[in-house]
Amino acid sequence: MGVIDTSQDGAPRRLHGVRDVPFDTVVADHGAAVLRVCRAMLGPDEAADAWSETFLSALRSYPDLEDGANVRAWLLTIARRRSIDQVRGRTRAPIPVGAAPDHVLAPEGPEDALADEQLLRAVRRLPPRQRGAVAYRYLADLSYDEVAALLGSTPAAARRSAADGIAALRTAYRPMEAP
Amino acid sequence: MTHEPTNDDVDVVDALRAVTTAEDDLARLRAELAASADDQGLLEVAYRTVPSPFGDLLLAATPVGLVRVAFEVEDHDRVLASLAGTVGPRVLRSPRRTDAVARELDEYFAGRRRTFDVALDLRLVRGFRRQVVQGLADIPYGATRSYAQVADGVGNPTAVRAVGSACSHNPVPVVLPCHRVVRSDGTLGQYLGGVEVKAALLAMESAAAV
Repeated sequence: MGVIDTSQDGAPRRLHGVRDVPFDTVVADHGAAVLRVCRAMLGPDEAADAWSETFLSALRSYPDLEDGANVRAWLLTIARRRSIDQVRGRTRAPIPVGAAPDHVLAPEGPEDALADEQLLRAVRRLPPRQRGAVAYRYLADLSYDEVAALLGSTPAAARRSAADGIAALRTAYRPMEAP
Repeated sequence: MTHEPTNDDVDVVDALRAVTTAEDDLARLRAELAASADDQGLLEVAYRTVPSPFGDLLLAATPVGLVRVAFEVEDHDRVLASLAGTVGPRVLRSPRRTDAVARELDEYFAGRRRTFDVALDLRLVRGFRRQVVQGLADIPYGATRSYAQVADGVGNPTAVRAVGSACSHNPVPVVLPCHRVVRSDGTLGQYLGGVEVKAALLAMESAAAV
């Protein structure tokens, strides 16, 4: 009775009667979330290509998707497979403490896009598990069960990774304390 | 160090949740996806909507040809879901494939065209119904036929009700002119897009045919 069957953005988690759902609807429901994750994992330049490859690959295997499948998790699994090599090869710069402006935490007005980009860059600089947990949980609104499946860990470990990632992000944006 | 986000951390979470996706970025990506899908033969149904004097028309085409024309009253979302179920779920908005149809419909509604010469995919009607709707193309612009006459025309003079049913299942109204089939008693009969649309189409054609 208590199973929540929609994501925070209203998109259905599970695809019932997949045969009757045009792929266009899948793109409409999940395109934005997948793009946010791609941006967090790969950066703005590579995100578009990753998105395109993900959805083209998904389109190819869509007719075989089973009824009741978890579509968003399925899409992100495809995205993850395609981008994992790029993620592995990335060198990580230390998170700049105090380098980001405070307003990233309360975005308002035309700086929103820049603020988003700075926040996503900070996510990108997290260690892989934290990055994944934070992106899947807070950018794509997956449940911890779904996050765990994507990361190949347990829901409890996924929670810890997400919390640690959030704590690390918080550190990056805490204002410099007066000496 | 606690492993749960504290109140201090909630604003970071809010900021993440508030990350927006630029609509035009997404629109561009979707358009490119449709084009790539088409190029790679993965696009089972390409659709678009076009304005008309009778509301937006949904146009859907397979690689074979135009497979569906739907009025707004038919509920375009339902029609697309039905196409996903009957033709295939690889359905994307992609105007390219229906460029010619859209242009010809535009000309038709502007009174500059009387026949359509687009490729059709009539897989959604079989047997007798397909025979009937294919025969509709022989009814000239500005003219009408009765259901009885159409039944006669397909060599089945008693199948008057079946002709009516076939017309109501015409997957490509306007392009195949089921609006030109009326009752013997002069009343209009029925129409998928609504009887007032049928009347308007006939009025438009008879005015232009003068």
